[in-house]
Amino acid sequence: MKATDVERTVDAVWRIESAKLIAALARLTRDVGVAEELAQDALVTALEQWPRTGIPDNPAAWLMTTARNRALDRLRHRRMQTAKHEALSAELEMDRERSDSVETAADDEIGDDLLRLIFTACHPLLPTEARTALTLRLLGGLTTAEIARAFLVPEPTIAQRIVRAKRALSEAGVAFEIPRGAELRRRLSSVLEVIYLVFNEGYSATAGSDWMRPALCEEALRIGRILAALAPAESEAHGLVALLEIQASRIRARTRADGEPVLLLDQNRALWDRVLIHRGLMALARGEALGETRGPYLLQAAIAACHARAATAQETDWVHITALYDELARLTPTPVVELNRAVAVAMAYGPAAGLELADRIEAEGRLKSYHLLPSVRGDLLAKLGRYREARGEFERAARLTHNARESRLLLDRAAACAK
Amino acid sequence: MRVMVIVKANRDSEAGVLPSEALLTEMGKFNEQLVKSGVLLAAEGLQASAKGVRVQFGGGKSTVIDGPFTETKELIAGFWLWQVRSIDEAVEWIRRSPFRHSNEQIEIRRVFEAEDFGPALTPELRAQQQNRAERISGN
Repeated sequence: MKATDVERTVDAVWRIESAKLIAALARLTRDVGVAEELAQDALVTALEQWPRTGIPDNPAAWLMTTARNRALDRLRHRRMQTAKHEALSAELEMDRERSDSVETAADDEIGDDLLRLIFTACHPLLPTEARTALTLRLLGGLTTAEIARAFLVPEPTIAQRIVRAKRALSEAGVAFEIPRGAELRRRLSSVLEVIYLVFNEGYSATAGSDWMRPALCEEALRIGRILAALAPAESEAHGLVALLEIQASRIRARTRADGEPVLLLDQNRALWDRVLIHRGLMALARGEALGETRGPYLLQAAIAACHARAATAQETDWVHITALYDELARLTPTPVVELNRAVAVAMAYGPAAGLELADRIEAEGRLKSYHLLPSVRGDLLAKLGRYREARGEFERAARLTHNARESRLLLDRAAACAK
Repeated sequence: MRVMVIVKANRDSEAGVLPSEALLTEMGKFNEQLVKSGVLLAAEGLQASAKGVRVQFGGGKSTVIDGPFTETKELIAGFWLWQVRSIDEAVEWIRRSPFRHSNEQIEIRRVFEAEDFGPALTPELRAQQQNRAERISGN
């Protein structure tokens, strides 16, 4: 077999197996850093041997056996006589006898290991950027170079983040486990935050960006889907997946050919991806069926679903959206949510009602440097025929935005108010 | 990227013979793996062509031809829609499917994504496509 063919197969096997492999090894070694090294070593061995021996029938099991033997060698070599290592060594032996291939290990066992890996990579003790890099590396199987390209930062920066993150986990003695009870909620929200962040990083990529950036959307969706499949009792995991599926369904419609962004209500809905919308609605239904009070992701997904269900912008159920924003604002009373609520209220009950809410945000002095507040106020004022005030707001918004294109659009609207 | 994984018809599928329970169980397990890996987007199995029709256009007219259709190997019996990073990954997945014990030939095809059109899809063409889509949706 040609070396390049083997390389391609090894790449594909790595893509499918690396997270499971690292997760199983982390359970055995209790250190994700060591686990990843062992997995990488096994990969290198495969690249050396497979061109000669051919690709084994069960490449996953081959990698696992190779990595596990390496782990045993390492322990024996160190000859650490502490009780902990003895126990670990015994466990490794037992594990080898119990399941000589990954495939014979129960699905639940693999799933639990993967969940542990997700929770560990997204541990709140790590800075957010370290969590995202480590998650893409350990769960997505991305290389340091790929992560660097996706985040537009130099490769050594990412490499350093990953090294530091692994060291921090090791030094803090973070247990390789699935958190329980109240801790579970806190840790889960850290996981969801990382996935959402990765998605948004990809979503914000503009036309012509390096393809690795939009690929982040796919990575985030993939990890989100894995999480929801492994933790089906967590409604917010379904909520996040639903939100991402529906947002991703609009990717084709959200920019014009010249790269100009298209607002949600102006998008050509025929370009929305029906498969993803369907998946999003299903995930939303699964989350809501759990019958808990809806969390922020489930609520945002429910709002996104209202748009997805409307065949035309005119058919949007703004009254329902307003009710969902009320619920969301009670849960997460941030000024950005309040502003979105103001827009929804304006659509449902008229510009005057929306303006009242927007004015309240303005009066409270929140969102002082956020261009969307004057932009929304300008829009509502214009709808009420108060063009002079509207013009001032659009001009203010144009000064606040950092995006040249957006600034130009806002100045156009200001000019239109002057007529 | 997305791929469509196409399963061709055979004598059994055309005869409407349902898969054995063992095969269904194994297929269920495989699909479960795909779901847990975040790969499976959609999957459908198609009924025998005897229950389908073909619509033949020509000379400004259309004719409906009832199934079954004879060239079994050219018929589609089912498909998956997968989200993968490469064709190689899809190949690796199908190697783990219950088909590994069979003599079937499985076809893997890339789904067009907007960016695949590249510079060939000029702004004019894209606008045209947009207009067409708008007409279809009745906007």
